[in-house]
Amino acid sequence: MRVGVVTFPGSLDDGDAARAVRYAGGEAVGLWHGEDELRGVDAVVLPGGFSYGDYLRCGAIARFAPVMRSVVDRARAGLPVLGICNGFQILAEAHLLPGALIRNDVRTFVCRDQALRVENATTAWTSDYEAGRRIVVPLKSGEGGYVADQATLDRLEGEGRVVVRYVDGNPNGSMRDIAGVCSEDGRVVGLMPHPEHAIDSLTGPGTDGLGFFTSLLTSMGAAA
Amino acid sequence: MSPDTVQRAARTPDEPQPWADLGLKEDEYARIREHLGRRPTSSELAMYSVMWSEHCSYKSSKVHLRQFGEKAPQTDALLVGIGENAGVVDVGQGYAVTFKVESHNHPSYVEPYQGAATGVGGIVRDILAMGARPVAVLDPLRFGPLEAPDTLRVLPGVVAGIGGYGNCLGLPTVGGEVVFDPSYAGNPLVNALCVGVMRREDIQRSAASGVGNLVVLYGAKTGGDGIGGVSVLASETFTDTGPTKRPSVQVGDPFTEKLLIECTLELYAAGLVVGIQDLGGAGLSCATSEMASAGTGGMRVELDKVPLRDQTLAPEEILMSESQERMMAVVEPAKIDAFLAVCAKWDVLATVLGEVTDTGRLVITWHGETVVDVPPRTVAHEGPVYHRPYERPSWQDSLQADDPSRLARPSTPDDLRATVLRLAGSPNLADRSWVTDQYDRFVLGNTVLAQPEDSGVVRLDEQSGLGVAVATDCNGRFAKLDPYEGARLALAESYRNVATVGARPLAVTNCLNFGSPEDPEIMWQFAEAVRGLADGCLELGVPVTGGNVSFYNQTGETAILPTPVVGVLGVLDDVARRTPSGFRTPGQVIYLLGETRDELAGSEWAHVVHGHLGGLPPRCDLQAERELADILVNASRDGLIDAAHDLSDGGLAQALVEACLRYGVGARVWLPDGLDPFVGLFSESQARAVVAVPRSEEVRFTDMCTARRFPHVRVGVVDDGGPDGAALDVQGLFRIPLDELRAVHEATLPASLATPTTPR
Repeated sequence: MRVGVVTFPGSLDDGDAARAVRYAGGEAVGLWHGEDELRGVDAVVLPGGFSYGDYLRCGAIARFAPVMRSVVDRARAGLPVLGICNGFQILAEAHLLPGALIRNDVRTFVCRDQALRVENATTAWTSDYEAGRRIVVPLKSGEGGYVADQATLDRLEGEGRVVVRYVDGNPNGSMRDIAGVCSEDGRVVGLMPHPEHAIDSLTGPGTDGLGFFTSLLTSMGAAA
Repeated sequence: MSPDTVQRAARTPDEPQPWADLGLKEDEYARIREHLGRRPTSSELAMYSVMWSEHCSYKSSKVHLRQFGEKAPQTDALLVGIGENAGVVDVGQGYAVTFKVESHNHPSYVEPYQGAATGVGGIVRDILAMGARPVAVLDPLRFGPLEAPDTLRVLPGVVAGIGGYGNCLGLPTVGGEVVFDPSYAGNPLVNALCVGVMRREDIQRSAASGVGNLVVLYGAKTGGDGIGGVSVLASETFTDTGPTKRPSVQVGDPFTEKLLIECTLELYAAGLVVGIQDLGGAGLSCATSEMASAGTGGMRVELDKVPLRDQTLAPEEILMSESQERMMAVVEPAKIDAFLAVCAKWDVLATVLGEVTDTGRLVITWHGETVVDVPPRTVAHEGPVYHRPYERPSWQDSLQADDPSRLARPSTPDDLRATVLRLAGSPNLADRSWVTDQYDRFVLGNTVLAQPEDSGVVRLDEQSGLGVAVATDCNGRFAKLDPYEGARLALAESYRNVATVGARPLAVTNCLNFGSPEDPEIMWQFAEAVRGLADGCLELGVPVTGGNVSFYNQTGETAILPTPVVGVLGVLDDVARRTPSGFRTPGQVIYLLGETRDELAGSEWAHVVHGHLGGLPPRCDLQAERELADILVNASRDGLIDAAHDLSDGGLAQALVEACLRYGVGARVWLPDGLDPFVGLFSESQARAVVAVPRSEEVRFTDMCTARRFPHVRVGVVDDGGPDGAALDVQGLFRIPLDELRAVHEATLPASLATPTTPR
C-alpha cells in the first residue's frame, strides 16, 4: 500500500504523517507540491503545517499547487485523501470538503491533548474505530474554527458526514463541535486534530490516532 | 546622492560625523580613525558602530567572560567551544548537538510580537549555521507583575510572537520559564534557546576560506527594518522621553525561515558549502567582517548586488539592516550552479555578492566605487575592551541583614493549608498552560517531555532512542541577595532539572541579563555572577559552550533583578527511560531526597505572602547536587523510580501540588519527624527532589541512597483517595481535594490574560 504524503513549502508535519503511515504498515511516498505526478499512490495525506506561510488565507494558495490538480481529480474518482489541520484547510479551499476554517474563538493558537468522539466509523480513514469511541489526539491550530451555513451543517449531520466531534469542551468555537468531516463517498476526510501525533505513547498522548492510518490499510484490503 | 567613498574620506578628513548618534563614544571614534589612518567613510562608520556596540562586541563583559574558558572543566564532550555561533557537544552514537540561548529583551518591549518572533528566528539561524537541524526551542520569559497593565500588553504579544514564529517554523517548544517580578515591569526579558542536531562530521564553520571562492547572500531581501537595532536599541537604556524606537525592531517571516532551513540543510547534505554564517544583529556588517577575519583574510563585496525590498536604501543602511531570514555562504565557483539550483528548488533568492581574497582587507563597493576598505579583524574582533569599575552595592549588607526570620509564619493546620493554596495560585507558581498551550510541542514527532515537565526531552534517533534534555532556570531574587551564589543556584537548578528527567548533564549555555554596565554596582553584580557561574561549572564538570550578555536592562535608574539564566543540556541514551514529574500509580512510595533547612530568604513564600526580599539565599552545595543527579540518573536507568520532581520555587508543598495535578493522582504525605511543618513545606533548600518508587524497587532504591550516604526519607504514598476522591493529604495537618487545588492553580493566568469569546 503506497500512501503519498505531500510536502508544500511550509508543510511541517509531513515527516510525522509519513511515520504514521509506516507505523500502520504502509509505505510512505513523498509527493512534491510543484509536480502533478502522484507516483502511483493508493491514497494521499495532506499534512499539517503552514503551506506558503498561510499568508492570504490558510490553504488558499496550496489549493492551486500543481499536485493539487491531480489530487482533486483523483479524489473525485474515489482516491482516499486525509487532510490533517492545514490539509483540512486545503481540502476546504479546494471544495473537496464543505465548510471553512476560521480563527479560533479564543483568539490564540491552541495546542492540547484533545478528546474526540468518532461519529462515523465507516469512512476510508476511520473504519478501524467503533462509532462513539472516545479518543485523545493532539490539537494544535490557530484557525481551527469549523463554520458552514445551517443548511450545510444539517446536511452533514443528516448524511453522517461529521466524522469526529470535540468532546469535554469545544476548544476553538467550531460549530456543532465539529472536528472533522468527510466527502459524500466517505473517501476524503479532513480534520483539525492530528492523529499522526498520537501513534506512540512515548511522543504523544497515546496511540489513539493510529487507527486513521490502519483504517486505510484495512479498508483498502491491502495491509502490506 | 553619491556615496561617501574611501577617496572622499581621505580628501575630507575634518568632515563632522554622527558617531555619537550611532552610539559610539569619542575615544571609540578616535580609535577607528587610528585603525584606518583616516576618517571612516559613512559606511565604515556604520559598520564599526554596530560591531562595536555592547551587543556585538561584549566590550564590557569580555574581561569577565574569559573565566568560562580559563576555568573550563576537562571534558571530551566539547567539539566547538565559545566564540562560534554556538557551541557543539558530542552526545555519542556519532551525533553532535549544538545549543545556545540569546536575549531579545528590548525589541520585545518596544514591539512584543515581532520582538519575540525575531528572537526565536535569530537563535534558530545561529543553530542552523553550525550545520545542525534545529529540533527544539525553549523560552525563558520574565515580565512585570501579572496584574500590571503593561504586562497585559507585553505578555500576550510576546507569547503570540513566539508561537506565531516557532509554530510556523515547525519547531517544538519544549520548555522555558514564565516569571513575574516588579523589576521587569519596564523591561521584560525575552530569552530564546534553540537546540540543533547533526552528525559529528557535519559541523560547519563560519569562515570565508579559499581565494576565489564566491560569497553568496541568500534568503529574504534586505529592507529597512532593524537598522541600528543593535546600537540604538540593545545598547541604550530606555528613558521616558525621546522618540519612539519602533522602526528599529525587525519584522519576522517564519515561512521564509522554514524554507531557509530546508534549503540550507540540503546545501550541507550536497557538500556545497565551504563556510556559512547567519545574518542577525549587525546584519551584513557582522557577516562580512566576521567571516573574512575567520578565513583567508580578505573579501570583496559588491554591495549594490544585494536584493532590496526598499530601493531607496543607502549603502550604510544596507550594511546595518537587520532584516531577518538571511544567510551568507562561501561557495566554490565550480559548485555555484548546483548551489543556486537548490535555492531555486526551495524558492529561496540567492545572489553572488563577491569573493574571498587574500588581501587582508574587507573591500565593499557601491556601483564601482569603494565605500569600505578595512582590516576585517578591526571591525569584528579588535573593538574596545572595557575594564569597567565595579563596586559592591552600598545596600548589599543591609539587604542581606534583613533576613526573613522576623516574618510571621503560618502555624495552624488551617493556615498551612491556606498558604499551600495561595502559593499554588500565585502568578509565579500557577499553571502555565495559558502560555504554553500557544506553542506547538508535538511537531517533528520527537518530543518526549515538554513543559510543565522539569526539562524538555527530545529524541534524536528513532532506532536507538538517544535523546537530549534541556532546562533553563534562574531565580533573580537569589541573585540579587548574592549574585555569586545566585548564579551558582541557577546552574544548580537547571542541572538538577536535567538530571530529574534522567539525563546526564553535559554542557551549559547562559543568557546574562543585567542592568547598565556603566553603573559600578550593576557591574559588580555581573562580575560576581560570571565568577559564580564559572566556578560552579568547573565544580560540576560541565563546560560553558556559549551564551549571550544583555546589558542595559533598566528603566531610568531602576535595574532588573540580576538574571543570569542558565541552560543545561543533558543526554539520555534511551529516551524511553525518561522520568516524568507526575505521580501516576497509587501505592508507590514517595521519597524526599536531600536535606531540608530553614531557608526562606528569597523564597516564593516570602515574595507572595510578605512581599519581602532579604537575607542570604539558600546554601548552594554543588557536591550534593552532583550526588543527587547521580542518584536520579542511575535510578532512571535502572527503572527504580516512576516519577521525579525537583524542589525549587515554593518548596516541597509546590512540588507535591504539581506532581499530584499532573495526572490527577493524589498523595498521602507525612512530614519528616523533627521538622517544623512550615519549614518542611515551604523551605527552598537546594539539592532536593521527590521521587515515586514502585514498592518492588524500594529496597534497591534506598540501598542506593544509603550507599551514597545521601539523605532520603520516606514521606508518603501515591494515593487515588478512594471514595473521597484524589487529594493532597498531609497527615495530621490538612487535606486538599485535587479539584480544589486544580481550580486555584489553573485560574490565575486565564483570569488576567484570557479574552472572552462569543458563541458562534
